[in-house]
Amino acid sequence: MQATQTDLQVYANQIRYYTLKELQELGFGHYGGSLSIVEVLAVLYGKHINIEPNDAENPDRDYFVLSKGHGGPALYATLFLKKFISEETLYSLNQNGTTLPSHPDRNLTPGVEMTTGSLGQGISAATGIAFGNKLDGRANYTYAIVGDGELNEGQCWEAFQFAAHHQLENLVVFIDDNKKQLDGLTIDIMNPFDFVEKMKAFGFAAERVDGSNVEEIDAAVERAKQRTGKPTAIILDTTKGQGVPYLEQKADNHHIRPSAEDNNAINKALEELEKALQGGQNQ
Amino acid sequence: MTFSSVLDQKEMRQTYADTIRELAKEDDRVIALEADLSSAMSTSRLESELPGQYVNVGIMEANMMGLAAGLSVVGRKPFIHSFGQFVTRRAFDQLFVSLGYAKLNAVIVGSDAGVTAEHNGGTHMTFEDIGLVREIPNAQVYEASDSNQLKYLLKKAYKEGGLHYIRTIRKQSINLYDENESFEKAKVLRTGKDVTIVASGIMVGESLKAAAKLAQIGIDATVIDMFSIKPLDIETLIEAAKKTGAVVTAENHNVNGGLGSAVAEVLSEHYPVPLYRVGVRERFGQVGKTEYLKTVYGLDAQTIVREVERVIERK
Repeated sequence: MQATQTDLQVYANQIRYYTLKELQELGFGHYGGSLSIVEVLAVLYGKHINIEPNDAENPDRDYFVLSKGHGGPALYATLFLKKFISEETLYSLNQNGTTLPSHPDRNLTPGVEMTTGSLGQGISAATGIAFGNKLDGRANYTYAIVGDGELNEGQCWEAFQFAAHHQLENLVVFIDDNKKQLDGLTIDIMNPFDFVEKMKAFGFAAERVDGSNVEEIDAAVERAKQRTGKPTAIILDTTKGQGVPYLEQKADNHHIRPSAEDNNAINKALEELEKALQGGQNQ
Repeated sequence: MTFSSVLDQKEMRQTYADTIRELAKEDDRVIALEADLSSAMSTSRLESELPGQYVNVGIMEANMMGLAAGLSVVGRKPFIHSFGQFVTRRAFDQLFVSLGYAKLNAVIVGSDAGVTAEHNGGTHMTFEDIGLVREIPNAQVYEASDSNQLKYLLKKAYKEGGLHYIRTIRKQSINLYDENESFEKAKVLRTGKDVTIVASGIMVGESLKAAAKLAQIGIDATVIDMFSIKPLDIETLIEAAKKTGAVVTAENHNVNGGLGSAVAEVLSEHYPVPLYRVGVRERFGQVGKTEYLKTVYGLDAQTIVREVERVIERK
């Protein structure tokens, strides 16, 4: 799969646009942590993950697990752009009887590989997927995104020990370091210290990149794919509400039920994204 | 069937290891997971015998559930073993969400059932595992009463897929069944007209002992090995309740949530008869030999006889 950086930036903006539209349609949701993973999703689904809706059960496909399940809306926007789900389905997020619940469900949504939402569990499953694929000699990769707050959960560190012990070079873990968890700043609630050093101490290759920069993320994934003998952790320096300055600055931006003022700002951001995307398409 | 105290030739753990080996050799998708208890479960040798089909994950039960889920996603057939409390109460949300709710395949084997945890004591003694797993939608729950039954249940779970919990002791059971016995329905081990004793696991032997004692005082008991707690064999249960008009349950488990609860629920809804439940009541575990602990918690033939006499008075 070939994709230029410009394509990936445009793709990220498309994901951001549809993530916002989907959440605005519903009127509440996890804006902050959905927006902070938009760029990494663009890099993964725009370039690296070899999955298509008409061949979604191919055992040699790459796997993706959104361990921080509350970022579901961003994944759904991506799966819409990948044509796994329709636009009508996209706007059914959390409506009664929907196939798009807050947290991803492998039995409800095409393209979702693992049910997540109870934090710490998705990364174990991703590790199991990577382990199984390695045992069976497949050349594919498993990518997982964990949240910085999610890493409060001890289970994540169990999974990391296992991944390093079994030298799962086919596992790439992204840590969405958006510096906030539900109740506030991670540094106030549970100091994460240095994720790069911690992951290295756990036996991973680890590096920190600008999580809003598709080029940097892509380069880190390329480096991960060259590596053997150990899993990779890519720590994404991100901002909750990323790419929408108004939401980035909003204090409580984990779960938002937008006020009239919020709606004005979000809708304005949507208009700007729409203009930029139309401009991008005309290029 | 008259009560015999002849023990199985094999320990239950050896049967577990042998059955895993057999299934793994037939199907390369089978994979066994242990959490640093392989030497306690006789599975240590499987690591070298079954490359790529056995993994000791270390002391991390929560992660073991997730690993099994991921392995199931890529088409493997995981068997998970640890002591009963570690694969249920310790990792319950992982069992519930990553395997149950995600509708993935796994056979969970919890060993050292109830008082057979012996000198590991209260921290390791699970009287609630059946109740916990019974709450997971579509999970099937079994308690093996002898070695041949355990082998059958492991193979059945492998064939059916979905989420199975099989509770067992690790050491030798009394021998109840022949090697080729089939277990499609609950096993009626003794047919009598006065009362029905419904038991599972080590309490099947105690129930047969109780039935022999009851016969001496002129009470003719039916004894059922209700090894499948979920789904419960409602037909066999109600038929016996109709014939005898009184039921006593017997389990090496808390009376709330386990076999006694399951039987009481069914009878209350479909065919109410006088019922008493023999089992653990509002107590934690403690250290001790199995035979001693059976007496302490009232998990013995003597208690069953007493409850039978009480229940018959209500007929």
